[in-house]
Amino acid sequence: MAALRQIAFYGKGGIGKSTTSQNTLAALAEMGHKILIVGCDPKADSTRLILHAKAQDTILSMAAELGSVEDLELDQVMKTGYKGIRCVESGGPEPGVGCAGRGVITSINFLEENGAYENLDYVSYDVLGDVVCGGFAMPIRENKAQEIYIVMSGEMMAMYAANNISKGILKYANSGGVRLGGLICNERQTDKELELAENMAKKLGSKLIYFVPRANIVQHAELRRMTVIEYAPDSEQAMHYRTLAEKIHNNVGQGVIPTPISMDELEEMLMEHGIIPNVDESLVGKKAVEAVA
Amino acid sequence: MSENVTVEEIRERNEQLIGEVLEAYPEKFAKRRAKHLASFDEAKGECGVKSNIKSIPGVMTIRGCAYAGSKGVVWGPIKDMVHISHGPVGCGQYSWAARRNYYIGTTGVDSFVTMQFTSDFQEKDIVFGGDKKLSKIIDEIEELFPLNKGISIQSECPIGLIGDDIEAVSKAKGKEYGKTIVPVRCEGFRGVSQSLGHHIANDSIRDWVLDKLGDKPARFESTPYDVAIIGDYNIGGDAWSSRILLEEMGLRVIAQWSGDGTIAELEATPKAKLNILHCYRSMSYISRHMEEKFGIPWVEYNFFGPTKTAESLREIAGHFDDTIKEGAERVIAKYQALTDATIAKYRPRLAGKKVMLFVGGLRPRHVIGAYEDLGMEVVGTGYEFGHNDDYQRTTHSIKDGTLIYDDVTSFEFEKFVEKIQPDLVGSGIKEKYIFQKMGVPFRQMHSWDYSGPYHGYDGFAIFARDMDMAINAPVWRMTKTPW
Repeated sequence: MAALRQIAFYGKGGIGKSTTSQNTLAALAEMGHKILIVGCDPKADSTRLILHAKAQDTILSMAAELGSVEDLELDQVMKTGYKGIRCVESGGPEPGVGCAGRGVITSINFLEENGAYENLDYVSYDVLGDVVCGGFAMPIRENKAQEIYIVMSGEMMAMYAANNISKGILKYANSGGVRLGGLICNERQTDKELELAENMAKKLGSKLIYFVPRANIVQHAELRRMTVIEYAPDSEQAMHYRTLAEKIHNNVGQGVIPTPISMDELEEMLMEHGIIPNVDESLVGKKAVEAVA
Repeated sequence: MSENVTVEEIRERNEQLIGEVLEAYPEKFAKRRAKHLASFDEAKGECGVKSNIKSIPGVMTIRGCAYAGSKGVVWGPIKDMVHISHGPVGCGQYSWAARRNYYIGTTGVDSFVTMQFTSDFQEKDIVFGGDKKLSKIIDEIEELFPLNKGISIQSECPIGLIGDDIEAVSKAKGKEYGKTIVPVRCEGFRGVSQSLGHHIANDSIRDWVLDKLGDKPARFESTPYDVAIIGDYNIGGDAWSSRILLEEMGLRVIAQWSGDGTIAELEATPKAKLNILHCYRSMSYISRHMEEKFGIPWVEYNFFGPTKTAESLREIAGHFDDTIKEGAERVIAKYQALTDATIAKYRPRLAGKKVMLFVGGLRPRHVIGAYEDLGMEVVGTGYEFGHNDDYQRTTHSIKDGTLIYDDVTSFEFEKFVEKIQPDLVGSGIKEKYIFQKMGVPFRQMHSWDYSGPYHGYDGFAIFARDMDMAINAPVWRMTKTPW
């Protein structure tokens, strides 16, 4: 058995991380790999396409119910879905209370201590929108994910997020072994999207792993709580995810330490590609009435 | 050291000593610590040290945290309220049983000072928030201890990190039970020492006790002689040996803040004619507030040693009519015999002895007079958490050339004592055994070493006895000091 590969998917909220990661991992499972998905989002929706259901028994809700995480057994929270993919959801508090970041740390420690990572080829972490605190950086810290895949698109905010996540990776790259595996562009059909994604990857010292075209069939599958791989295995979109899975599988050991860019550089790049218009510096901070005058 | 050293010689020795301890630090930190060490310069009228600045990591500061300042100092002694240590168990465990703040009452029935209540946070409380647990604890307190008159919630660090809404819980439960419930944001990581905790606790009394009174002031008949004791924590009974003097001179003490105090006393204080303030550092904030809001003047006083006690009694009396002024003279005269007897007995045994102090925010200056009444000399002093105004006030109590050390480090204190060889060190429990092992007599000046009271005339007799006991104990003749 090859060494365990730990990967993580990060990216701006709503970009399609969970959809992209589940489809890709389903394709990897098809190839015969043994996989564990760790959902690191209080919404607990990182595994619903694999399980055909939203996981109700999250690590943290079960631990709270039983009294403490020490009382919890692995089989109470680990579910098996499509092609034997094992799934756990960290879960977390309601919005506005407690500390979801600490929840991620608690969950990952629980999984490691209880042998969840034994007899596997892949562990994949699906992490919420942004690296807002140390807890959500847990998967990129020492001895966790070796490669991070950033899901992005040609939108401005997705680029900002990709750059910020790269900063997080850079911070831990030297203390641990985490690397940027590459960018995955989830097409939004913005202008010159492929060109922009490739350019962004280059700026970060990385590469665009794959450009996933937009297709309605993804939505159809999602409505049935399924991956495209399972719902329409012969579709063109399923083939795209298989290609992406192949590329990630072959990308072993090829991650890089990213070179995040400054805000100015990023905005310059976006202006070059016409994503944000060139702004006359003399107009910055002026109200509409003032600008007219 | 011979008796006839000049101030210049002392100053030179201090400079050399300070230079020696600074040599042990890396350059950057030596520069920072240098600002906290000096000799008092009488001509300039300043101690010459910076204060209330963050301690340097790794130096083993003697300081505490904001939670210690609120729970341990200001709120903890209010006896008829339950004080919840909100967060993981450690902070509550290590502050259990309070600071020898004596009180009258039946513990567990109508008084709760030496008991410990904690929400004992677990992982799930951090992740999901602790507000539901807090509500439940308040329900349980109401059920188990129905005679409590209110509750304070003392925040430990994680409460501030996870953003628990303790204010909302306090409001809801306060309404439900018709009692005062006070949320205190005294998370330990705030500020540089326990000093900010005092301030936060003062502000919480302002906002959640005094302001809530609205147009319903405490109901009792005022007299022209109503005063409140502010900043006496009744360590070993200090407030009691102070209170009797005030009462004997004709004043009526309507509140004690906060030793042996009650929530009703806090609520009564806006009707005081004068607030008399012992610990300036921990309760000047609320005194200033009451001056602005209710027009109550306040006066600092010092009840350590007969000289300062008499001065203070006259100063306090100065705010009242001749009845009280005469009362003050009567009290001073009444205790003269006790004072004379105490001094006659102990001064011959203690005169000329040198003392080094390091205490919190008041005693580094306030106890100096008591030592001087016994013929002793304070040669070095410093504050754990004093501010500039404390050092300014200190200049009136110390001799030219006195060594001043702010937020002294364990290493510095040890070196200073080793070189100066005082006859007595007065500091806290963490310092005690270090110096006793060095063969130097020691008294705890936070807790009075399980003794006290030290305030007032009765307290002075006990103080003199204790200092004699420490310094002249036969045990010291059996040790051979390393020098």
